[in-house]
Amino acid sequence: MRMILSKLYACNYTSSLNLLRKNSHYLTKNANIRTLHFSFVPDKKTHAGETKKINMYQAVNEALAIALEKDPNSVVFGEDVAFGGVFRCTVGLKERFGNNRVFNTPLSEQGIIGFGIGLANQGVAAIAEIQFADYIFPAFDQLVNEAAKMRYRSGNAFDCGKLTVRAPCGAVGHGALYHSQSPEAYFAHTPGLKVVVPRGPIQAKGLLLSCIEDPDPCLIFEPKALYRLAVDDVPTNDFKIPIGKAEILREGDSITLVGWGSQVHILLETADIVKEKLGASCEVIDLISILPWDIETVTKSVKKTGRVVIAHEAPLTNGFGSEVSATIQEACFLNLEAPIQRVTGWDTPFPLVFEPFYLPDKWRCFDAIKKTLNF
Amino acid sequence: MKAFNHLRIFNFPQLKFLFKRPLSIAATEPQFIGIKSKFTNVLKFINSDSYETIPIYRILSSPITNNIHHNSLVELDKEKLLKMYRDMIRISVMDKILYESQRQGRISFYMTNTGEEALQIGSASALSPNDVIYGQYREAGVLMWRGYQFNQFLNQCYGNCNDSGKGKQMPVHYGCKELNFTTISSPLGTQMPQASGAAYALKLTKRNACVVCYFGEGGASEGDAHPALNFAATLDCPIIFICRNNGYAISTPANEQYRGDGIAARGPAYGIQTVRVDGNDILAMHHATKIARDYCIDNGKPVLIEAMTYRLSHHSTSDDSTAYRSTEEINQWIHQSPIVKFREYLKTVGLWDDKKESELHKSTLKEFMAEFTAAEKLSKPHWKELFTDVYHDMPAHIKKQMLTMEDHLKVYGQHYPLKEFQSN
Repeated sequence: MRMILSKLYACNYTSSLNLLRKNSHYLTKNANIRTLHFSFVPDKKTHAGETKKINMYQAVNEALAIALEKDPNSVVFGEDVAFGGVFRCTVGLKERFGNNRVFNTPLSEQGIIGFGIGLANQGVAAIAEIQFADYIFPAFDQLVNEAAKMRYRSGNAFDCGKLTVRAPCGAVGHGALYHSQSPEAYFAHTPGLKVVVPRGPIQAKGLLLSCIEDPDPCLIFEPKALYRLAVDDVPTNDFKIPIGKAEILREGDSITLVGWGSQVHILLETADIVKEKLGASCEVIDLISILPWDIETVTKSVKKTGRVVIAHEAPLTNGFGSEVSATIQEACFLNLEAPIQRVTGWDTPFPLVFEPFYLPDKWRCFDAIKKTLNF
Repeated sequence: MKAFNHLRIFNFPQLKFLFKRPLSIAATEPQFIGIKSKFTNVLKFINSDSYETIPIYRILSSPITNNIHHNSLVELDKEKLLKMYRDMIRISVMDKILYESQRQGRISFYMTNTGEEALQIGSASALSPNDVIYGQYREAGVLMWRGYQFNQFLNQCYGNCNDSGKGKQMPVHYGCKELNFTTISSPLGTQMPQASGAAYALKLTKRNACVVCYFGEGGASEGDAHPALNFAATLDCPIIFICRNNGYAISTPANEQYRGDGIAARGPAYGIQTVRVDGNDILAMHHATKIARDYCIDNGKPVLIEAMTYRLSHHSTSDDSTAYRSTEEINQWIHQSPIVKFREYLKTVGLWDDKKESELHKSTLKEFMAEFTAAEKLSKPHWKELFTDVYHDMPAHIKKQMLTMEDHLKVYGQHYPLKEFQSN
């Protein structure tokens, strides 16, 4: 299953996809199979320097190339990364930097992260790939008990700050249980780790470069739906987006909307609908960083608007929205004019054919905003 | 042709077409990827009884004679032999007292190394100080050999203000950056793939060193043991895996841990150079480790050593091993302990006698007790260390929590053991 799905995304399999189109009614029967539940909203061009229109997998690729170029003691590894990766993020890197710096590992996630921790212990920047965030759980012990606690338990004698873990996450239209998960909340409960989620190519490049240079072990969950869909004017140089800082994408005064990853685009679109249908202006915040998260930016906004809706793809119970909600309630109790709403995936595994009903799409977000405004 | 008729009952026209051509000839037959095998017409299942078990390499065997050590390929000078013995005694003296001190409630936990001193010091003495150690928790002898002092062991066990680990981990979770000994953690097997990664890093950065990774035969059942060996082999990592097969994982005897020929038999299956050694024979351990190290560094490839030994002590201070094994069994091994064996050898070659023995015991005990008293008197680190080193820099939310605790202590401080901890 892992390979079959991967093939659907990989460029070099398009010819076989074409064959499929010609020879079967597969696509006409499942007309929705590649339709996504949101449209990508590109960033406004704010970067002063040179930029280039590229998609998110190319942005990841550029960041990796910059890191490998800058530090000769850095390596990129994981399952199938040598030929370019199942999402094309590592294309051309092996040819450019050699097989001893860009290499395939045996198929073992706990091995990949354990191996990465060891590399990082010895001062090598270890950029590990977990093929899908859904498959990060075999490495949960290595990440939670080892990577996160190494500096603490050794009194700062040893650390694995040079470890960065990349993992494609989130809904993709037809990924079902094991190609759709958003596991950020599991890791948000782990002191010692840093967790970030980019919403597009600019953030993917800037955050990945931050993660690689950050002195702590970092997880970057890349919403896989954005790899090819999201195209931005991405700065060509080596730049960083700070970990731990949220970004206000749209200013508003009626309600604060908080999301991250591809959900941000849904919130932006919903904000338009709210403006049009209800005449209210939403303040849209991309949280960007899950751990540590930017409490200040969020609470400041809520103090202004008095209302808040948090949205994420992951299930509701103990999702990261719970943490954000509880913190806002504590910090903004006197400013809140309505209960904090969370619009999330349901408390079920991520289903195949029911995906349109599972996701916190713009209509579910709109409904929650409307109810909050009318409270 | 019978087979063909048999196939036709399925009536696949495609198959008929296929069989018009010769099935295969050696020259055009595709090769299976990743296997170098011949075909056979004999159906035969293979198991661990299909071949001889891996023998146990040893140098010191009864009766111990003067020239056995000279028959081996590794020559050791007199000073080194004596340091090896002294460190075995130092470990055993420390174990005895710290075990007792736990029984008296002076430290919270302890694990002795009894019976495994030769395995630890024999291997450690064959390494260079640049070689990086990843251990499980029963490798204090390796630190001892490298020069870790009694007070360093003690500070860690007491979690006092001089502990380099700042009192955060349970006793015996030692670590020392200067001595290239990676800090021990409790989760079993986790150090193994890390050690493989570290070995890859040593090779990549062209340091003339290898990694040595210790683990027990119980730990070898963990999921992490498998990628550790497999990654080390496929990615050509200069690492020596040393398995301490001491017969027990807490109460579980080794025959409930695996059904193959121990841990060593797994080495060749991963494509790893492997040897089984008498872990109670310090010279055999030294020799095997020395040769393994040369191989590792010259070839950039892993080695697996399964060191056979017997866990003479309880698993830990939280365990009474007589609940699951007989005292007869334990007694058999006490008379064959690695310290006894090595002492006999040193006496035979004229390097040791009873007088030296009692002097060494007396002076070691005296030295240790002085450090013990000193370590016990030291206060614990400042309570604020609880919040440090979670990250490289303290994030705002942790800073806020530290201040919350500070405010709390201002009011409720009398309910906390603040006197035992350092203050500003």
